[in-house]
Amino acid sequence: MSNIKHHLTDELLMSYAAGSLDEGFSLVVATHVSMCDDCRARSEAYEAVGGAMVDQCEVVQLSDHALDQTFALIDAMPDKPDAPWVENRSKDDVFPTPLQDYVGGDLDKVKWRSLGGGVMQAVLKTAGEDKVRLLRIPGGTAMPDHGHRGLELTMVLKGAFEDDDGHFGRGDVEVANEDLHHTPVAVAGEDCICLAATDAPLRFKGLMPRIAQPFLGI
Amino acid sequence: MIKNFTASDPNNAAGRKTLQMPTKSLIKDASVRQQPPGYGGRKMPSVETPQTSENDNLVALVAAIRDHKDRQAFAELFRHFAPRVKAFLMKSGANEGLAEECTQEVMATLWTKAHMFDPSRASVSTWVFTIARNRKIDAFRRMRRPEPEDLAWGPEAEPDQADVMSFRQESKKLADAIAALPEKQRDLIQAAYFGDLSHAQIADATGLPLGTIKSRIRLALERLRHTMG
Repeated sequence: MSNIKHHLTDELLMSYAAGSLDEGFSLVVATHVSMCDDCRARSEAYEAVGGAMVDQCEVVQLSDHALDQTFALIDAMPDKPDAPWVENRSKDDVFPTPLQDYVGGDLDKVKWRSLGGGVMQAVLKTAGEDKVRLLRIPGGTAMPDHGHRGLELTMVLKGAFEDDDGHFGRGDVEVANEDLHHTPVAVAGEDCICLAATDAPLRFKGLMPRIAQPFLGI
Repeated sequence: MIKNFTASDPNNAAGRKTLQMPTKSLIKDASVRQQPPGYGGRKMPSVETPQTSENDNLVALVAAIRDHKDRQAFAELFRHFAPRVKAFLMKSGANEGLAEECTQEVMATLWTKAHMFDPSRASVSTWVFTIARNRKIDAFRRMRRPEPEDLAWGPEAEPDQADVMSFRQESKKLADAIAALPEKQRDLIQAAYFGDLSHAQIADATGLPLGTIKSRIRLALERLRHTMG
């Protein structure tokens, strides 16, 4: 946990705390925050700003029977209190719980599809405009050189990759935008498994990946 | 702790009786732990302001709901927050009918999740905000909200009373700092929290003095991790 060196930006954490970030990016933020207490504290500090906003809000009266109706809602709920918190994932799991919720379990439950060259992906279903996927890149393999039209978040869950911005290991997240044209290379050894979210199609430099892009859905 | 309510606030008059038990139970739990000098017992630091004592009251109301299913405490919490939550939801784009419906659901959620509230990491207002925000994402944006892995405190991780008090003071300082911002910047932050700013626009709203409150939350997280082993 303490080895995380690449963190989320303030605007991502504030958007997430405010609730305006799309679902795919939110999943990357929630996954990183699950592993990084520093970003969790920053995220909760931005929630504290939201609390101050509620405090400073003017008031709008509720209907006459609002309190009674709310008690009726409460009474209609099942009377079992939420179970006390239990560890619902094993300590050896690769995926934190928010990611497990989308995958339906840990790494062994991912339904990979080949992108060629040994690279595998699994697109996760979200409702937003953005797209989020898991990528599995064999150690020593380069991802196609690509730039971005929008924002791309890439978080490492297993293994590591390197590019011009440095070394990214488990828990690290790279925030890339239009300015960054990079060629991530999975560090030799075990497969590198990443969670990646984008809000626009990637822009590949080489011809072949560009032709293949519509078929690969990346 | 209870005597500093401003007389003009009608929300504070009713629930004093319900306060006593939960407040005492929180302090009793804390007293078995080590506390830094100057925080023990019932006395609040002399710098106490109306707003921190108001938040005291709110924390005690949540504890009363959690420990005793206290309907009077809930009614008081409702009177304080429901009109603010409704205003917040309407500013976020809901019409009055939807805002009313969602407000009732948000308030009912406070009842069921009272045991999840950690006063050493958040003020009651912040907790209410997060529940209203989640309801908003679900009802207005029709998306799921991926939440970080839970670090909820159980009975074995009851927060230290000194931490709760320090946090309360930091919340007050943050609120004051936001209130003191130039109007333009405050408007920008409000727009961010009402959902009116894109991710790119939000960058201009991020320059807030959050260092100290972040440090307090960080400490509370460390304590929690330690308790969880």
